[in-house]
Amino acid sequence: MEKFFRRNFAGYAFLAPWLIGFFLLALGPIVASLYLSFTKYNIVRPPQWIGLDNYFYMFQFDDRFKKALQVTFTFVVISVPAKLIFALAVAMALDKGVRAIGWYRALFYLPSILGGSIAVAILWRQLFDYNGVINAVVRWFGIDGPYWLSDPRYSLWTLIVLAAWQFGSPMLIFLAGLRAIPNDLYEAAEIDAAGPVRKFFAITVPLLAPVIFFNLVLQMIEAFKSFSGAFVISGGAGAPLDSLLFFTVYLYNEAFQFLRMGYASALAWVLLLIIALFTAIAFWTSKYWVHYENERG
Amino acid sequence: MTDATLSNTSALASQYRTLKLRRARRAGLLKHIFLIITSLIMIYPLLWMLSSSLKPENQIFGDLSLWPATFEWENYWQGWNALPVSFTTFFWNSTVVTVLSVIGNVISCSFAAYAFARLEFSGKTIWFALMMMTLMIPYHVVLIPQYLLFLQLGWVDTYLPLIVPRFLAGDAFFIFLMIQFFRQLPRELDEAAMIDGCSPFKIYWAIIMPLSLPAMATAAIFSFIWTWEDFLGPLVYLNDMKDYTVPLALRMFVSQDSVSQYGPMFAMSILSILPIILFFVVFQRLIIRGIAMSGLK
Repeated sequence: MEKFFRRNFAGYAFLAPWLIGFFLLALGPIVASLYLSFTKYNIVRPPQWIGLDNYFYMFQFDDRFKKALQVTFTFVVISVPAKLIFALAVAMALDKGVRAIGWYRALFYLPSILGGSIAVAILWRQLFDYNGVINAVVRWFGIDGPYWLSDPRYSLWTLIVLAAWQFGSPMLIFLAGLRAIPNDLYEAAEIDAAGPVRKFFAITVPLLAPVIFFNLVLQMIEAFKSFSGAFVISGGAGAPLDSLLFFTVYLYNEAFQFLRMGYASALAWVLLLIIALFTAIAFWTSKYWVHYENERG
Repeated sequence: MTDATLSNTSALASQYRTLKLRRARRAGLLKHIFLIITSLIMIYPLLWMLSSSLKPENQIFGDLSLWPATFEWENYWQGWNALPVSFTTFFWNSTVVTVLSVIGNVISCSFAAYAFARLEFSGKTIWFALMMMTLMIPYHVVLIPQYLLFLQLGWVDTYLPLIVPRFLAGDAFFIFLMIQFFRQLPRELDEAAMIDGCSPFKIYWAIIMPLSLPAMATAAIFSFIWTWEDFLGPLVYLNDMKDYTVPLALRMFVSQDSVSQYGPMFAMSILSILPIILFFVVFQRLIIRGIAMSGLK
Protein backbone atom coordinates (compact mmCIF):
# COMPACT_ATOMS: atom_id res chain seq x y z
CA MET A 1 0.00 0.00 0.00
CA GLU A 2 2.71 2.41 0.97
CA LYS A 3 4.68 1.41 -2.07
CA PHE A 4 1.67 2.06 -4.29
CA PHE A 5 1.28 5.47 -2.69
CA ARG A 6 4.91 6.37 -3.16
CA ARG A 7 4.94 5.25 -6.78
CA ASN A 8 1.92 7.35 -7.71
CA PHE A 9 2.42 10.34 -5.47
CA ALA A 10 4.60 12.49 -7.76
CA GLY A 11 2.43 11.88 -10.82
CA TYR A 12 -0.81 12.82 -9.12
CA ALA A 13 0.80 15.78 -7.36
CA PHE A 14 1.79 17.28 -10.69
CA LEU A 15 -1.53 16.35 -12.23
CA ALA A 16 -3.55 17.81 -9.34
CA PRO A 17 -4.34 21.24 -10.83
CA TRP A 18 -5.50 19.67 -14.06
CA LEU A 19 -7.54 17.02 -12.24
CA ILE A 20 -9.37 19.64 -10.18
CA GLY A 21 -9.99 21.67 -13.30
CA PHE A 22 -11.13 18.62 -15.21
CA PHE A 23 -13.77 17.65 -12.66
CA LEU A 24 -14.96 21.15 -11.75
CA LEU A 25 -14.73 22.93 -15.07
CA ALA A 26 -15.05 20.22 -17.74
CA LEU A 27 -16.64 16.93 -16.70
CA GLY A 28 -18.95 18.40 -14.05
CA PRO A 29 -20.26 21.14 -16.34
CA ILE A 30 -20.78 18.69 -19.21
CA VAL A 31 -22.93 16.46 -17.02
CA ALA A 32 -24.71 19.47 -15.51
CA SER A 33 -25.35 20.87 -18.96
CA LEU A 34 -26.95 17.60 -20.05
CA TYR A 35 -29.15 17.62 -16.95
CA LEU A 36 -30.13 21.27 -17.42
CA SER A 37 -31.09 20.57 -21.03
CA PHE A 38 -34.00 18.49 -19.65
CA THR A 39 -35.21 21.29 -17.40
CA LYS A 40 -36.75 24.70 -17.41
CA TYR A 41 -34.42 27.00 -15.52
CA ASN A 42 -34.21 30.76 -15.20
CA ILE A 43 -31.72 31.02 -12.28
CA VAL A 44 -34.33 32.64 -10.00
CA ARG A 45 -36.40 29.49 -9.47
CA PRO A 46 -34.85 26.01 -9.12
CA PRO A 47 -34.62 23.86 -12.26
CA GLN A 48 -37.86 22.15 -13.15
CA TRP A 49 -37.69 18.76 -14.92
CA ILE A 50 -39.56 18.80 -18.22
CA GLY A 51 -38.04 15.77 -19.93
CA LEU A 52 -37.47 16.15 -23.66
CA ASP A 53 -39.71 19.20 -24.02
CA ASN A 54 -36.83 21.56 -24.82
CA TYR A 55 -35.77 19.34 -27.70
CA PHE A 56 -39.33 18.82 -28.96
CA TYR A 57 -39.96 22.54 -28.91
CA MET A 58 -36.66 23.24 -30.66
CA PHE A 59 -37.25 20.92 -33.57
CA GLN A 60 -40.98 21.47 -33.95
CA PHE A 61 -41.75 25.09 -33.23
CA ASP A 62 -38.60 27.16 -32.88
CA ASP A 63 -38.15 29.05 -36.13
CA ARG A 64 -35.15 30.97 -34.81
CA PHE A 65 -33.42 27.67 -34.09
CA LYS A 66 -33.98 26.60 -37.69
CA LYS A 67 -32.78 29.97 -38.91
CA ALA A 68 -29.67 29.69 -36.73
CA LEU A 69 -28.93 26.25 -38.14
CA GLN A 70 -29.39 27.49 -41.68
CA VAL A 71 -27.13 30.53 -41.15
CA THR A 72 -24.43 28.50 -39.45
CA PHE A 73 -24.45 25.71 -42.06
CA THR A 74 -24.31 28.21 -44.90
CA PHE A 75 -21.41 29.93 -43.23
CA VAL A 76 -19.50 26.68 -42.65
CA VAL A 77 -20.17 25.25 -46.10
CA ILE A 78 -18.97 28.37 -47.93
CA SER A 79 -16.29 29.82 -45.67
CA VAL A 80 -14.33 26.65 -44.91
CA PRO A 81 -13.67 25.55 -48.51
CA ALA A 82 -13.00 29.18 -49.54
CA LYS A 83 -10.46 29.54 -46.76
CA LEU A 84 -8.76 26.23 -47.55
CA ILE A 85 -8.55 26.85 -51.29
CA PHE A 86 -7.08 30.27 -50.67
CA ALA A 87 -4.65 28.88 -48.11
CA LEU A 88 -3.50 26.15 -50.47
CA ALA A 89 -3.06 28.54 -53.41
CA VAL A 90 -0.89 30.89 -51.36
CA ALA A 91 1.05 28.01 -49.79
CA MET A 92 1.83 26.63 -53.24
CA ALA A 93 3.02 30.01 -54.43
CA LEU A 94 5.25 30.27 -51.37
CA ASP A 95 6.63 26.75 -51.69
CA LYS A 96 10.00 26.05 -53.33
CA GLY A 97 12.07 28.98 -52.28
CA VAL A 98 10.51 32.35 -52.90
CA ARG A 99 12.70 35.28 -51.97
CA ALA A 100 11.66 37.02 -48.74
CA ILE A 101 9.45 34.08 -47.80
CA GLY A 102 9.62 35.10 -44.14
CA TRP A 103 8.03 38.45 -44.93
CA TYR A 104 5.21 36.96 -46.93
CA ARG A 105 4.55 34.34 -44.29
CA ALA A 106 4.33 36.99 -41.60
CA LEU A 107 2.09 39.27 -43.69
CA PHE A 108 -0.27 36.44 -44.56
CA TYR A 109 -0.42 35.22 -41.01
CA LEU A 110 -1.01 38.59 -39.37
CA PRO A 111 -4.78 38.72 -40.13
CA SER A 112 -5.26 35.32 -38.50
CA ILE A 113 -3.73 36.47 -35.29
CA LEU A 114 -5.83 39.63 -35.22
CA GLY A 115 -8.97 38.16 -36.76
CA GLY A 116 -10.67 37.25 -33.50
CA SER A 117 -10.28 40.70 -32.02
CA ILE A 118 -13.10 43.18 -31.61
CA ALA A 119 -10.97 45.80 -33.34
CA VAL A 120 -11.16 43.81 -36.57
CA ALA A 121 -14.91 43.22 -36.21
CA ILE A 122 -15.34 46.99 -35.85
CA LEU A 123 -13.12 47.57 -38.86
CA TRP A 124 -15.22 45.12 -40.87
CA ARG A 125 -18.41 46.99 -40.07
CA GLN A 126 -16.93 50.15 -41.52
CA LEU A 127 -15.37 48.49 -44.58
CA PHE A 128 -18.74 47.01 -45.55
CA ASP A 129 -20.79 50.07 -44.72
CA TYR A 130 -22.84 51.41 -47.64
CA ASN A 131 -20.48 54.37 -47.80
CA GLY A 132 -17.47 52.24 -46.98
CA VAL A 133 -14.34 51.14 -48.72
CA ILE A 134 -15.74 48.00 -50.38
CA ASN A 135 -18.49 49.92 -52.14
CA ALA A 136 -16.01 52.62 -53.14
CA VAL A 137 -14.01 49.93 -54.95
CA VAL A 138 -17.16 48.42 -56.45
CA ARG A 139 -18.12 51.86 -57.76
CA TRP A 140 -14.96 51.94 -59.91
CA PHE A 141 -16.63 49.26 -61.98
CA GLY A 142 -19.74 51.37 -62.25
CA ILE A 143 -21.78 49.23 -59.89
CA ASP A 144 -23.78 50.64 -57.04
CA GLY A 145 -22.90 48.34 -54.16
CA PRO A 146 -25.57 46.92 -51.86
CA TYR A 147 -26.21 47.68 -48.22
CA TRP A 148 -23.96 44.83 -47.12
CA LEU A 149 -24.76 45.05 -43.44
CA SER A 150 -28.45 45.84 -43.40
CA ASP A 151 -29.59 43.72 -46.35
CA PRO A 152 -30.17 40.14 -45.15
CA ARG A 153 -29.28 38.82 -48.61
CA TYR A 154 -25.71 40.06 -48.32
CA SER A 155 -24.88 40.34 -44.64
CA LEU A 156 -23.52 36.80 -44.28
CA TRP A 157 -20.96 37.51 -47.00
CA THR A 158 -19.23 40.06 -44.81
CA LEU A 159 -18.50 37.30 -42.29
CA ILE A 160 -17.51 34.80 -44.95
CA VAL A 161 -14.97 37.28 -46.29
CA LEU A 162 -13.78 37.92 -42.74
CA ALA A 163 -13.25 34.19 -42.23
CA ALA A 164 -11.48 33.70 -45.55
CA TRP A 165 -9.21 36.65 -44.77
CA GLN A 166 -7.84 34.63 -41.85
CA PHE A 167 -6.37 31.83 -43.91
CA GLY A 168 -2.97 32.08 -42.19
CA SER A 169 -2.85 28.99 -40.03
CA PRO A 170 -4.09 26.45 -42.60
CA MET A 171 -1.60 28.08 -44.98
CA LEU A 172 1.29 27.46 -42.61
CA ILE A 173 0.21 23.85 -42.16
CA PHE A 174 -0.13 23.37 -45.93
CA LEU A 175 3.32 24.86 -46.36
CA ALA A 176 4.82 22.31 -43.97
CA GLY A 177 2.94 19.55 -45.84
CA LEU A 178 4.15 20.70 -49.27
CA ARG A 179 7.74 20.69 -48.07
CA ALA A 180 7.41 16.98 -47.32
CA ILE A 181 6.52 16.08 -50.94
CA PRO A 182 9.71 14.86 -52.63
CA ASN A 183 10.77 16.92 -55.63
CA ASP A 184 11.68 13.87 -57.75
CA LEU A 185 8.00 13.10 -58.17
CA TYR A 186 7.44 16.40 -59.94
CA GLU A 187 10.58 15.94 -62.02
CA ALA A 188 9.50 12.46 -63.06
CA ALA A 189 6.08 13.82 -64.01
CA GLU A 190 7.72 16.56 -66.06
CA ILE A 191 9.72 14.01 -68.04
CA ASP A 192 6.43 12.31 -68.77
CA ALA A 193 5.23 15.70 -70.03
CA ALA A 194 2.62 16.27 -67.35
CA GLY A 195 1.27 19.83 -67.25
CA PRO A 196 0.81 21.87 -64.05
CA VAL A 197 -2.86 20.87 -63.71
CA ARG A 198 -2.04 17.19 -64.07
CA LYS A 199 0.81 17.50 -61.57
CA PHE A 200 -1.49 19.22 -59.11
CA PHE A 201 -4.20 16.56 -59.23
CA ALA A 202 -1.93 13.53 -59.64
CA ILE A 203 0.80 14.40 -57.15
CA THR A 204 0.04 17.38 -54.90
CA VAL A 205 -3.55 16.56 -53.95
CA PRO A 206 -3.12 12.85 -53.15
CA LEU A 207 0.09 13.36 -51.21
CA LEU A 208 -1.31 16.34 -49.36
CA ALA A 209 -4.62 14.62 -48.58
CA PRO A 210 -3.84 13.95 -44.89
CA VAL A 211 -2.95 17.61 -44.37
CA ILE A 212 -6.03 18.78 -46.28
CA PHE A 213 -8.15 16.50 -44.13
CA PHE A 214 -6.56 17.78 -40.92
CA ASN A 215 -7.14 21.41 -41.93
CA LEU A 216 -10.68 20.65 -43.02
CA VAL A 217 -11.71 19.11 -39.70
CA LEU A 218 -10.01 21.81 -37.67
CA GLN A 219 -11.44 24.73 -39.64
CA MET A 220 -14.89 23.18 -39.69
CA ILE A 221 -14.95 22.94 -35.90
CA GLU A 222 -13.65 26.51 -35.61
CA ALA A 223 -16.32 27.75 -38.02
CA PHE A 224 -19.13 26.10 -36.06
CA LYS A 225 -17.87 27.76 -32.89
CA SER A 226 -17.17 31.25 -34.25
CA PHE A 227 -18.84 33.93 -32.21
CA SER A 228 -17.33 37.35 -31.63
CA GLY A 229 -17.27 38.54 -35.24
CA ALA A 230 -20.92 37.63 -35.78
CA PHE A 231 -21.87 39.02 -32.39
CA VAL A 232 -20.32 42.44 -32.93
CA ILE A 233 -21.21 42.81 -36.61
CA SER A 234 -24.82 41.77 -36.01
CA GLY A 235 -25.20 44.13 -33.08
CA GLY A 236 -25.40 41.25 -30.60
CA ALA A 237 -28.69 39.74 -31.72
CA GLY A 238 -28.19 38.35 -35.23
CA ALA A 239 -29.64 41.34 -37.08
CA PRO A 240 -30.63 42.13 -39.84
CA LEU A 241 -33.68 39.84 -39.84
CA ASP A 242 -31.71 37.08 -38.11
CA SER A 243 -29.51 36.73 -41.18
CA LEU A 244 -26.44 36.70 -38.91
CA LEU A 245 -28.00 34.59 -36.20
CA PHE A 246 -25.08 32.21 -35.73
CA PHE A 247 -25.84 29.23 -33.54
CA THR A 248 -23.48 30.52 -30.85
CA VAL A 249 -25.08 33.97 -30.96
CA TYR A 250 -28.54 32.45 -30.52
CA LEU A 251 -27.25 30.33 -27.64
CA TYR A 252 -25.73 33.36 -25.94
CA ASN A 253 -28.95 35.32 -26.29
CA GLU A 254 -31.13 32.54 -24.93
CA ALA A 255 -28.84 32.02 -21.96
CA PHE A 256 -27.77 35.50 -20.97
CA GLN A 257 -30.38 37.84 -22.43
CA PHE A 258 -33.53 35.82 -21.76
CA LEU A 259 -32.08 33.67 -18.94
CA ARG A 260 -33.49 30.49 -20.48
CA MET A 261 -30.63 28.42 -19.10
CA GLY A 262 -32.34 25.05 -19.64
CA TYR A 263 -33.19 25.73 -23.25
CA ALA A 264 -29.74 27.20 -23.92
CA SER A 265 -28.15 24.06 -22.48
CA ALA A 266 -30.19 21.97 -24.89
CA LEU A 267 -28.93 24.21 -27.70
CA ALA A 268 -25.36 23.68 -26.50
CA TRP A 269 -25.83 19.93 -26.61
CA VAL A 270 -27.24 20.11 -30.11
CA LEU A 271 -24.18 22.12 -31.14
CA LEU A 272 -21.90 19.52 -29.56
CA LEU A 273 -23.70 16.72 -31.39
CA ILE A 274 -23.62 18.58 -34.71
CA ILE A 275 -19.88 19.13 -34.42
CA ALA A 276 -19.37 15.48 -33.43
CA LEU A 277 -21.54 14.34 -36.34
CA PHE A 278 -19.69 16.44 -38.91
CA THR A 279 -16.33 15.31 -37.57
CA ALA A 280 -17.48 11.71 -37.74
CA ILE A 281 -18.69 12.17 -41.33
CA ALA A 282 -15.35 13.72 -42.26
CA PHE A 283 -13.48 10.78 -40.72
CA TRP A 284 -15.79 8.29 -42.40
CA THR A 285 -15.42 9.78 -45.89
CA SER A 286 -11.68 10.17 -45.37
CA LYS A 287 -11.31 6.42 -45.92
CA TYR A 288 -12.03 7.05 -49.57
CA TRP A 289 -9.81 10.02 -50.27
CA VAL A 290 -7.11 10.19 -47.62
CA HIS A 291 -4.29 7.68 -47.74
CA TYR A 292 -1.41 7.81 -45.35
CA GLU A 293 2.14 7.21 -46.51
CA ASN A 294 2.82 4.27 -44.17
CA GLU A 295 -0.39 2.46 -45.14
CA ARG A 296 0.78 1.62 -48.59
CA GLY A 297 3.55 -0.64 -47.38
CA MET B 1 27.55 6.36 -82.38
CA THR B 2 29.06 9.18 -84.40
CA ASP B 3 30.26 12.55 -83.17
CA ALA B 4 27.49 14.23 -85.14
CA THR B 5 24.64 12.53 -83.26
CA LEU B 6 26.38 13.14 -79.95
CA SER B 7 26.68 16.87 -80.49
CA ASN B 8 23.14 16.84 -81.78
CA THR B 9 21.82 15.36 -78.53
CA SER B 10 23.83 17.71 -76.38
CA ALA B 11 22.50 20.65 -78.37
CA LEU B 12 19.00 19.36 -77.83
CA ALA B 13 19.65 18.96 -74.14
CA SER B 14 20.97 22.48 -73.74
CA GLN B 15 18.03 23.78 -75.74
CA TYR B 16 15.69 21.95 -73.40
CA ARG B 17 17.49 23.37 -70.40
CA THR B 18 17.22 26.98 -71.56
CA LEU B 19 13.59 26.46 -72.39
CA LYS B 20 12.94 25.08 -68.93
CA LEU B 21 14.85 27.92 -67.31
CA ARG B 22 12.90 30.51 -69.25
CA ARG B 23 9.62 28.88 -68.32
CA ALA B 24 10.66 28.72 -64.67
CA ARG B 25 11.59 32.40 -64.76
CA ARG B 26 8.24 33.37 -66.24
CA ALA B 27 6.40 31.24 -63.68
CA GLY B 28 8.50 32.84 -60.94
CA LEU B 29 7.55 36.31 -62.10
CA LEU B 30 3.84 35.43 -62.19
CA LYS B 31 4.15 33.93 -58.74
CA HIS B 32 5.72 37.09 -57.39
CA ILE B 33 3.04 39.29 -58.90
CA PHE B 34 0.37 37.04 -57.40
CA LEU B 35 2.04 37.12 -53.99
CA ILE B 36 2.59 40.86 -53.96
CA ILE B 37 -1.00 41.64 -54.98
CA THR B 38 -2.49 39.18 -52.49
CA SER B 39 -0.37 40.41 -49.61
CA LEU B 40 -1.32 44.01 -50.40
CA ILE B 41 -5.02 43.09 -50.36
CA MET B 42 -4.52 41.18 -47.13
CA ILE B 43 -2.78 43.98 -45.33
CA TYR B 44 -4.76 46.87 -46.80
CA PRO B 45 -7.68 46.78 -44.29
CA LEU B 46 -5.25 47.04 -41.38
CA LEU B 47 -3.36 49.93 -42.94
CA TRP B 48 -6.66 51.62 -43.76
CA MET B 49 -7.68 51.35 -40.13
CA LEU B 50 -4.36 52.86 -39.06
CA SER B 51 -4.70 55.79 -41.43
CA SER B 52 -8.38 56.29 -40.56
CA SER B 53 -7.41 56.56 -36.92
CA LEU B 54 -5.52 59.71 -37.91
CA LYS B 55 -8.06 61.23 -40.30
CA PRO B 56 -10.64 63.86 -39.46
CA GLU B 57 -14.22 62.57 -39.24
CA ASN B 58 -15.39 63.72 -42.68
CA GLN B 59 -12.49 62.05 -44.51
CA ILE B 60 -12.94 58.51 -43.23
CA PHE B 61 -15.84 57.03 -45.16
CA GLY B 62 -15.26 55.81 -48.66
CA ASP B 63 -11.80 57.33 -48.67
CA LEU B 64 -9.41 54.69 -49.96
CA SER B 65 -6.18 56.59 -49.50
CA LEU B 66 -3.76 55.38 -46.88
CA TRP B 67 -2.16 58.75 -46.23
CA PRO B 68 -4.22 61.20 -44.15
CA ALA B 69 -4.33 64.71 -45.64
CA THR B 70 -3.98 66.11 -42.15
CA PHE B 71 -2.89 64.21 -39.10
CA GLU B 72 -5.56 64.28 -36.47
CA TRP B 73 -3.62 63.10 -33.39
CA GLU B 74 -6.48 64.48 -31.37
CA ASN B 75 -8.42 61.28 -32.23
CA TYR B 76 -6.27 59.27 -29.84
CA TRP B 77 -6.78 61.68 -26.99
CA GLN B 78 -10.53 61.83 -27.64
CA GLY B 79 -10.87 58.08 -27.97
CA TRP B 80 -8.97 57.50 -24.76
CA ASN B 81 -11.57 59.54 -22.90
CA ALA B 82 -14.63 58.93 -25.08
CA LEU B 83 -16.37 56.56 -22.67
CA PRO B 84 -17.50 57.39 -19.12
CA VAL B 85 -14.49 55.40 -17.89
CA SER B 86 -11.09 56.18 -19.37
CA PHE B 87 -9.10 53.65 -21.38
CA THR B 88 -6.38 53.76 -18.72
CA THR B 89 -8.70 51.59 -16.63
CA PHE B 90 -9.55 49.23 -19.50
CA PHE B 91 -5.92 48.68 -20.42
CA TRP B 92 -5.01 48.13 -16.79
CA ASN B 93 -7.86 45.58 -16.41
CA SER B 94 -6.82 43.75 -19.56
CA THR B 95 -3.21 43.70 -18.41
CA VAL B 96 -4.11 42.24 -15.00
CA VAL B 97 -6.29 39.50 -16.49
CA THR B 98 -3.82 38.68 -19.24
CA VAL B 99 -0.67 38.59 -17.11
CA LEU B 100 -2.27 36.38 -14.47
CA SER B 101 -3.78 34.11 -17.13
CA VAL B 102 -0.43 33.66 -18.84
CA ILE B 103 1.30 32.82 -15.55
CA GLY B 104 -1.46 30.39 -14.62
CA ASN B 105 -1.41 28.69 -17.98
CA VAL B 106 2.34 28.21 -18.10
CA ILE B 107 2.60 26.84 -14.55
CA SER B 108 -0.42 24.55 -14.49
CA CYS B 109 -0.08 23.25 -18.05
CA SER B 110 3.62 22.53 -17.64
CA PHE B 111 2.81 20.61 -14.44
CA ALA B 112 0.28 18.44 -16.22
CA ALA B 113 2.50 18.03 -19.28
CA TYR B 114 5.42 16.96 -17.07
CA ALA B 115 3.26 14.34 -15.38
CA PHE B 116 2.03 12.98 -18.70
CA ALA B 117 5.38 13.07 -20.50
CA ARG B 118 7.79 12.02 -17.76
CA LEU B 119 6.17 10.40 -14.72
CA GLU B 120 4.70 6.94 -14.31
CA PHE B 121 1.48 6.52 -12.35
CA SER B 122 -1.53 4.28 -12.52
CA GLY B 123 -4.43 5.50 -14.64
CA LYS B 124 -2.18 7.67 -16.79
CA THR B 125 -3.56 6.41 -20.13
CA ILE B 126 -7.15 7.09 -19.11
CA TRP B 127 -6.40 10.60 -17.91
CA PHE B 128 -4.46 11.29 -21.05
CA ALA B 129 -7.36 10.17 -23.24
CA LEU B 130 -9.75 12.34 -21.22
CA MET B 131 -7.41 15.30 -21.54
CA MET B 132 -7.32 14.91 -25.31
CA MET B 133 -11.11 14.69 -25.37
CA THR B 134 -11.47 18.04 -23.65
CA LEU B 135 -9.66 19.53 -26.65
CA MET B 136 -12.75 18.79 -28.73
CA ILE B 137 -15.46 20.03 -26.38
CA PRO B 138 -16.81 23.39 -27.53
CA TYR B 139 -16.62 26.05 -24.84
CA HIS B 140 -20.33 26.74 -25.23
CA VAL B 141 -21.26 23.40 -23.69
CA VAL B 142 -19.51 24.14 -20.41
CA LEU B 143 -20.21 27.86 -20.45
CA ILE B 144 -23.63 27.81 -18.77
CA PRO B 145 -22.82 25.40 -15.89
CA GLN B 146 -19.52 27.20 -15.31
CA TYR B 147 -21.42 30.47 -15.13
CA LEU B 148 -23.88 29.01 -12.63
CA LEU B 149 -21.00 27.65 -10.54
CA PHE B 150 -19.21 31.02 -10.44
CA LEU B 151 -22.51 32.73 -9.71
CA GLN B 152 -22.96 30.46 -6.67
CA LEU B 153 -19.44 31.30 -5.54
CA GLY B 154 -20.16 35.02 -5.89
CA TRP B 155 -17.42 35.41 -8.47
CA VAL B 156 -19.48 37.09 -11.19
CA ASP B 157 -18.30 40.70 -11.70
CA THR B 158 -14.81 39.75 -10.56
CA TYR B 159 -11.85 38.55 -12.61
CA LEU B 160 -11.74 35.20 -10.83
CA PRO B 161 -13.82 33.29 -13.45
CA LEU B 162 -11.38 34.51 -16.09
CA ILE B 163 -8.21 33.75 -14.12
CA VAL B 164 -8.76 30.76 -11.83
CA PRO B 165 -9.50 28.27 -14.66
CA ARG B 166 -6.12 29.20 -16.13
CA PHE B 167 -4.42 27.99 -12.95
CA LEU B 168 -6.29 24.68 -13.32
CA ALA B 169 -4.80 23.85 -16.72
CA GLY B 170 -8.04 24.65 -18.53
CA ASP B 171 -6.40 24.85 -21.96
CA ALA B 172 -5.58 21.30 -22.99
CA PHE B 173 -4.04 22.71 -26.15
CA PHE B 174 -1.07 24.03 -24.19
CA ILE B 175 -0.63 20.74 -22.31
CA PHE B 176 -0.53 18.97 -25.65
CA LEU B 177 2.02 21.41 -27.06
CA MET B 178 4.29 21.02 -24.03
CA ILE B 179 4.04 17.22 -24.00
CA GLN B 180 5.22 17.20 -27.61
CA PHE B 181 8.20 19.28 -26.59
CA PHE B 182 9.08 17.43 -23.37
CA ARG B 183 9.14 14.13 -25.23
CA GLN B 184 11.99 15.35 -27.37
CA LEU B 185 14.25 15.93 -24.37
CA PRO B 186 16.60 12.98 -23.66
CA ARG B 187 15.37 10.79 -20.82
CA GLU B 188 18.94 10.13 -19.67
CA LEU B 189 18.91 13.58 -18.09
CA ASP B 190 16.05 12.65 -15.75
CA GLU B 191 17.61 9.29 -14.98
CA ALA B 192 21.01 10.76 -14.15
CA ALA B 193 19.37 13.36 -11.93
CA MET B 194 17.28 10.70 -10.22
CA ILE B 195 20.41 8.66 -9.44
CA ASP B 196 21.91 11.79 -7.93
CA GLY B 197 18.88 11.89 -5.64
CA CYS B 198 16.83 14.64 -7.27
CA SER B 199 13.11 14.70 -6.48
CA PRO B 200 10.65 14.81 -9.40
CA PHE B 201 9.98 18.45 -8.58
CA LYS B 202 13.70 19.25 -8.71
CA ILE B 203 13.94 17.52 -12.09
CA TYR B 204 10.98 19.53 -13.36
CA TRP B 205 12.37 22.79 -12.07
CA ALA B 206 16.11 22.41 -12.71
CA ILE B 207 16.16 20.28 -15.86
CA ILE B 208 12.91 20.20 -17.81
CA MET B 209 11.91 23.84 -17.45
CA PRO B 210 15.25 25.44 -18.38
CA LEU B 211 15.48 23.21 -21.44
CA SER B 212 11.92 23.96 -22.51
CA LEU B 213 12.06 27.73 -22.67
CA PRO B 214 11.01 27.83 -26.35
CA ALA B 215 7.91 25.75 -25.61
CA MET B 216 7.07 27.83 -22.54
CA ALA B 217 7.52 31.02 -24.56
CA THR B 218 5.27 29.71 -27.32
CA ALA B 219 2.56 28.79 -24.81
CA ALA B 220 2.94 32.16 -23.09
CA ILE B 221 2.64 34.07 -26.37
CA PHE B 222 -0.48 32.24 -27.55
CA SER B 223 -1.99 32.49 -24.12
CA PHE B 224 -1.28 36.22 -24.12
CA ILE B 225 -2.86 36.78 -27.53
CA TRP B 226 -5.98 34.72 -26.87
CA THR B 227 -6.60 36.21 -23.44
CA TRP B 228 -6.02 39.73 -24.68
CA GLU B 229 -8.52 39.24 -27.50
CA ASP B 230 -10.99 37.18 -25.48
CA PHE B 231 -14.48 38.59 -25.78
CA LEU B 232 -17.01 35.95 -24.73
CA GLY B 233 -15.53 35.38 -21.25
CA PRO B 234 -15.50 39.06 -20.21
CA LEU B 235 -18.87 39.57 -21.92
CA VAL B 236 -20.47 36.92 -19.73
CA TYR B 237 -18.75 37.69 -16.45
CA LEU B 238 -18.20 41.46 -16.35
CA ASN B 239 -21.18 43.81 -16.17
CA ASP B 240 -19.74 46.92 -14.56
CA MET B 241 -18.05 49.27 -16.99
CA LYS B 242 -15.17 50.02 -14.66
CA ASP B 243 -14.29 46.31 -14.75
CA TYR B 244 -14.37 46.08 -18.56
CA THR B 245 -11.42 44.75 -20.51
CA VAL B 246 -10.38 46.49 -23.72
CA PRO B 247 -12.49 44.36 -26.14
CA LEU B 248 -15.66 45.03 -24.13
CA ALA B 249 -14.88 48.73 -24.05
CA LEU B 250 -14.29 48.80 -27.80
CA ARG B 251 -17.68 47.27 -28.35
CA MET B 252 -19.26 50.23 -26.53
CA PHE B 253 -18.23 52.39 -29.49
CA VAL B 254 -20.35 50.22 -31.77
CA SER B 255 -23.38 50.14 -29.51
CA GLN B 256 -23.48 53.92 -29.16
CA ASP B 257 -24.39 54.41 -32.77
CA SER B 258 -25.81 57.87 -32.24
CA VAL B 259 -22.43 59.42 -31.59
CA SER B 260 -20.36 59.67 -34.74
CA GLN B 261 -16.82 59.30 -33.56
CA TYR B 262 -15.20 56.99 -36.03
CA GLY B 263 -11.72 58.50 -35.81
CA PRO B 264 -11.45 57.98 -32.03
CA MET B 265 -12.99 54.53 -32.40
CA PHE B 266 -10.32 53.47 -34.88
CA ALA B 267 -7.65 55.06 -32.73
CA MET B 268 -8.63 52.86 -29.80
CA SER B 269 -8.96 49.83 -32.06
CA ILE B 270 -5.39 50.37 -33.21
CA LEU B 271 -4.16 50.72 -29.64
CA SER B 272 -6.01 47.56 -28.67
CA ILE B 273 -4.22 45.42 -31.25
CA LEU B 274 -0.87 47.15 -30.84
CA PRO B 275 0.41 44.79 -28.08
CA ILE B 276 -0.47 41.79 -30.24
CA ILE B 277 1.28 43.20 -33.28
CA LEU B 278 4.37 43.99 -31.19
CA PHE B 279 4.39 40.45 -29.80
CA PHE B 280 3.96 39.08 -33.27
CA VAL B 281 6.83 41.10 -34.68
CA VAL B 282 9.18 40.12 -31.87
CA PHE B 283 8.22 36.46 -31.54
CA GLN B 284 7.21 35.70 -35.12
CA ARG B 285 9.53 32.71 -35.40
CA LEU B 286 8.24 31.02 -32.25
CA ILE B 287 4.62 31.63 -33.22
CA ILE B 288 4.98 30.19 -36.70
CA ARG B 289 6.90 27.16 -35.45
CA GLY B 290 4.29 26.65 -32.74
CA ILE B 291 1.53 26.40 -35.34
CA ALA B 292 3.47 24.03 -37.55
CA MET B 293 4.19 21.87 -34.48
CA SER B 294 0.72 21.72 -33.01
CA GLY B 295 -1.45 22.58 -35.96
CA LEU B 296 -3.89 24.74 -34.07
CA LYS B 297 -5.42 28.19 -34.60
